[in-house]
Amino acid sequence: MSLEKKLSIEGLRKSYGSHEVLKGIDLTANAGEVITLIGSSGSGKSTLLRCINFLEQPSDGVFYFDNQMIEMTSDHEGMTFANAKELQTLRTKLAMVFQHFNLWSHMTVLENITLAPMKVLGQDKSDAIKQAHLYLKKVGLDSDVAMKYPAFLSGGQQQRVAIARALAMEPDILLFDEPTSALDPELVKEVLKVIRLLAEEGRTMIMVTHEMAFAKEVSDTIVFLADGKIEESGSPEAIFEHPKSDRLKRFLNHEF
Amino acid sequence: MMNSLFHLEGYGGLLLSGAWMTIKLSLLSFLCAMLLGVVTALAKRAKSTTLYLIASAYTVLIRGVPDLVLMLLLFYGIQSWVGDVCLYFGWDYIVIDPFHAGVITLAFIYGAYFSETFRGALQSIPKGQIEAALAYGLSNMQSFRFVIFPQMMRLSIPGISNIWQVMIKATALVSIIGLNDLINAAVEAGKSTNNVFSFLLLAGAMYLAYTMVSNAVFSQLNRYFHVGIKESKS
Repeated sequence: MSLEKKLSIEGLRKSYGSHEVLKGIDLTANAGEVITLIGSSGSGKSTLLRCINFLEQPSDGVFYFDNQMIEMTSDHEGMTFANAKELQTLRTKLAMVFQHFNLWSHMTVLENITLAPMKVLGQDKSDAIKQAHLYLKKVGLDSDVAMKYPAFLSGGQQQRVAIARALAMEPDILLFDEPTSALDPELVKEVLKVIRLLAEEGRTMIMVTHEMAFAKEVSDTIVFLADGKIEESGSPEAIFEHPKSDRLKRFLNHEF
Repeated sequence: MMNSLFHLEGYGGLLLSGAWMTIKLSLLSFLCAMLLGVVTALAKRAKSTTLYLIASAYTVLIRGVPDLVLMLLLFYGIQSWVGDVCLYFGWDYIVIDPFHAGVITLAFIYGAYFSETFRGALQSIPKGQIEAALAYGLSNMQSFRFVIFPQMMRLSIPGISNIWQVMIKATALVSIIGLNDLINAAVEAGKSTNNVFSFLLLAGAMYLAYTMVSNAVFSQLNRYFHVGIKESKS
């Protein structure tokens, strides 16, 4: 794996009022690296992921993207980009897949996938449609799904559409926020299969998941969060076979 | 009597021009009120407390005072404010004709009602869908245009259609400020022919026809904005 740094965060903090959820996180994602954030609920892993694309405004921290430090300013809710356009540009490079899919319910599958490429990246319609069909195929959906509305698809299909929507942005990093937590058990597999395929393609991914066996199998790095801090991180082998801290040991006992 | 109902006695043209005035007035006021309603609803959700307070004061005030009082206040008020402004800047005196005064007044009153309808609709849009729009790099304007607005409309249609009907009928109030709308025409024709009852009955029927046609339009709009929604059959 090359060690080209894609994203680097130093000293990330996030508070809601007086409650500090993230207490100084350092995280680096290299190109092609699959990072999985694990931890019990309330450990701050989803907040961390959402701070990366600024759906949550961090309270403090330094952000680098492609080794460029991002210039920040702050408002009453926390830090924000000094240049709003820059935030939009960064977000096009970080495509997020949500726990509850968050497909736009009034748009067909095709419109869901092509909206941002057309309106944000400025692709023309015929290219965007061609791409959309390509990515639908990649996530294992027939092209007759393209004209359907999200409400008429199963959860697993909706999440795969959401992944296709993310891929259509041709992002530098894919962010997965508990992509299988809202799915019926029998639908989890089909979504994990797609994510595994993406990991094998060498895409840079940061993922929050409770699927420990899956995390172990596809990740390059596992980050264990507890109480808003990184308690331990390392290779899947180091984390799952040779955990050092008591908290991690306890957490793993619970999960397996 | 029955005979004279179908005998417009030469006042058909007057009634039609009154009806046309009512249609113009209602449509233009409706559009302005919707616009004002959307802006007010967005202001109520804005992060700024000042915007929130202004928007709230506006809706509380307007919805708590009778339309007729507001109409008279605004109609005479608008003219004297504009007069003051003209005087202050040394412009020629601008006369606000009753039509535009009527539009401004109706838009101002019904904008407050629309804002509540839109605010409720905005609250019902799943937050995750707005987050997804922002997460994919859409600007706030684009998120509104492509994700929020179409869903806000779907959720607001029943409310909009309701306010629209009330508003059509409220246009009759502008006859008080001297606008030649359907009611004014009917009363005038009725007085001249000594048959106010028949002409008012006819005017009533014309309002009914207007609201019925609007209903048909709204049910089409409802279909249009409900695309992608699975209706539960209960």
